[in-house]
Amino acid sequence: MRADNPASQAAFAKASEYLDRKPLVSNRRSLSWITDHVCRIVEQPAPRWWWIATVFFGAVAALTPAMLTYLVSTGVGVWGLNVPVCWAWDITNFVFWIGIGHAGTLISAILFLTRQKWRTSINRSAEAMTIFAVICAGIFPAFHVGRIWFAWFLFPIPNANAIWQNFRSPLLWDVFAVSTYFTVSLIFWYLGLIPDLATLRDRATTRLRQMAYGILAMGWRGSNRQWTHYEKAYLILAGISTPLVLSVHSVVSFDFATSIVPGWHTTIFPPYFVAGAIFGGFAMVLTLLIPFREIYGLHDLVTDKHIDNMCKITLLTGSLVGYAYSMEFFIAWYSGNPYEIYAFMNRAFGPYWWAYWAMITCNVIAPQLFWFKYCRQNPWVVLALVMFPNTGMWFERFVIIVTSIHRDFLPSSWGYFSPTWVDITLFIGTIGLFVFLFLLFVRFLPMITIFEVKNVTPEADPHHHGEQDSHGHASHPAPAKAHA
Amino acid sequence: MNHSENSLHGLGAEFSSPSALMHAAEKVRDSGFRKWDVYSPFPIHGMDAAMGFQRSRVSLFSLLGGITGLTTAFVLIYYTSAWNYPLIVQGKPYFSLEASMPIFFELTVLLTAFGTIIGLLLLTLMPRLHHPVFNWDRFKRVSDDGFFLVLEAADPRFEKDASRRFLEELGGTHITEIHQDADPFPHPARPEAKGHA
Repeated sequence: MRADNPASQAAFAKASEYLDRKPLVSNRRSLSWITDHVCRIVEQPAPRWWWIATVFFGAVAALTPAMLTYLVSTGVGVWGLNVPVCWAWDITNFVFWIGIGHAGTLISAILFLTRQKWRTSINRSAEAMTIFAVICAGIFPAFHVGRIWFAWFLFPIPNANAIWQNFRSPLLWDVFAVSTYFTVSLIFWYLGLIPDLATLRDRATTRLRQMAYGILAMGWRGSNRQWTHYEKAYLILAGISTPLVLSVHSVVSFDFATSIVPGWHTTIFPPYFVAGAIFGGFAMVLTLLIPFREIYGLHDLVTDKHIDNMCKITLLTGSLVGYAYSMEFFIAWYSGNPYEIYAFMNRAFGPYWWAYWAMITCNVIAPQLFWFKYCRQNPWVVLALVMFPNTGMWFERFVIIVTSIHRDFLPSSWGYFSPTWVDITLFIGTIGLFVFLFLLFVRFLPMITIFEVKNVTPEADPHHHGEQDSHGHASHPAPAKAHA
Repeated sequence: MNHSENSLHGLGAEFSSPSALMHAAEKVRDSGFRKWDVYSPFPIHGMDAAMGFQRSRVSLFSLLGGITGLTTAFVLIYYTSAWNYPLIVQGKPYFSLEASMPIFFELTVLLTAFGTIIGLLLLTLMPRLHHPVFNWDRFKRVSDDGFFLVLEAADPRFEKDASRRFLEELGGTHITEIHQDADPFPHPARPEAKGHA
């Protein structure tokens, strides 16, 4: 293939520029460069912007307990929901947040099982995002029960009424699914953190840091007798997290799909919800990662290729969601059920038409720009574009929930839902809480999985003998060179 | 059996790369050592075979956890819905498999995760905040870019001088004696308390 004349050599070089896989860590960084670059985010004094941002978002986050206190002390009527719209912003926000979490688990588990090595530099922050999103999500259904002091009735604990939970109810399935999801995500995240906590422990310059990271690292010493079990445990957790993440949003969709409400009673819901969750989640991962990548100069670890890949997944799942929207319409028409047809016509052209078309614009049309390479390569364009899915996925849940129930079978019980200031402030509060927790995470824990990133460098390959790059190991002769 | 022999944990050597460490590990395995270990900043692909390990048994704990989870879910649903307080809901049977599936699945996953993490902690003997290898200054680099091999004094094949030469032959550098902390009350049953002078 390789000819001797310079023209074809130039053509070959140009072709291999396109054909060669881009390295996952740019500029052939050494192992200690990776350690340094990630750890110094945690080790250096907090920059001024971090204090400003953390205090600001901490103040916004404080709106959450403030609004919840007001809600509990006054009554659930301070929310705008009422018959017929008994599920409104609270459940919209619940599904919105829980959906965002799904990208984290997808990156950490599914991309691990499919051996997508590019996941290594984004999985830590994506998993952190999952946990914080699920925390935000959990607030809403817990307070939606109205009498929060009876929320323990959700769990099978013997009580004075002697009646047990209804295990046929998808709402109870939700309790099990979401709490399992949170617990397993937390275990998975912590397991991944252990070797990196050991790195922070070994680099600690103060006694406090050494003690804190040392206790959290549980005495990890990187021994192969530990690694062998560690890798197995990680694989198993990835293996069970994969069906788990698909099940969680499926169960969330059962809350709607098992009812008989037109617009909710559809079998497409589980896959449609899962695709939407991954779509919204990847948009949120990009939203969080692009600014931090710029601030901390992590371009060699979170490369343009990572962003490109995530944009492609956003495009794919956005298109799947668009397909689901059109299929819902088709099935509504094909069913011949007048209530079903009405529910969908009302969705697109009824009083909530603005929400529906905001959803279509944000989720179906805007991500199509990711077909263009330019839009995937320029991080600021990406950041601008992913704001559409972030918004659109909230509108999707609002459209599904509110438009389906505001006009049910009897026109006499039709209504129109508008949020109150408490609804709006509480949602803003959870956004503040989410960003606040993420800022704390970035400050105190390594936001990139150091040991996994090292593992995808050429140096980490035990069959690598240093003949390809300049920082080869002088002490180890390269046998491959002899017969090259 | 003098005190300094008694406190010797082993001999540590540093290697320059994962491949150097793996070649050394293969030779240590073939020499018949049992109590030794390699340390690296990340798991090295193929090292388990180089050290002669069997498959990790963590999966056994996961399986036990999963079975416990499924059984718990079944007992929980059957006991509460069909035994302790049977109640007809929506005219359906007291217990049916279809409606139980989501909770069967979730609790199986939850307890598999618990089983996995318990298995990991038991098999790796974690948490253990203290270990003699931490007394070695260079060892701090294990979580950065250091690759180490430690032959433990508790191994019957261990002889201080011969083992040092062995590590040199393998290409190890910075060969260091690793000592345990001075223990005022050595436990007679602890293997590292027995000297192999």
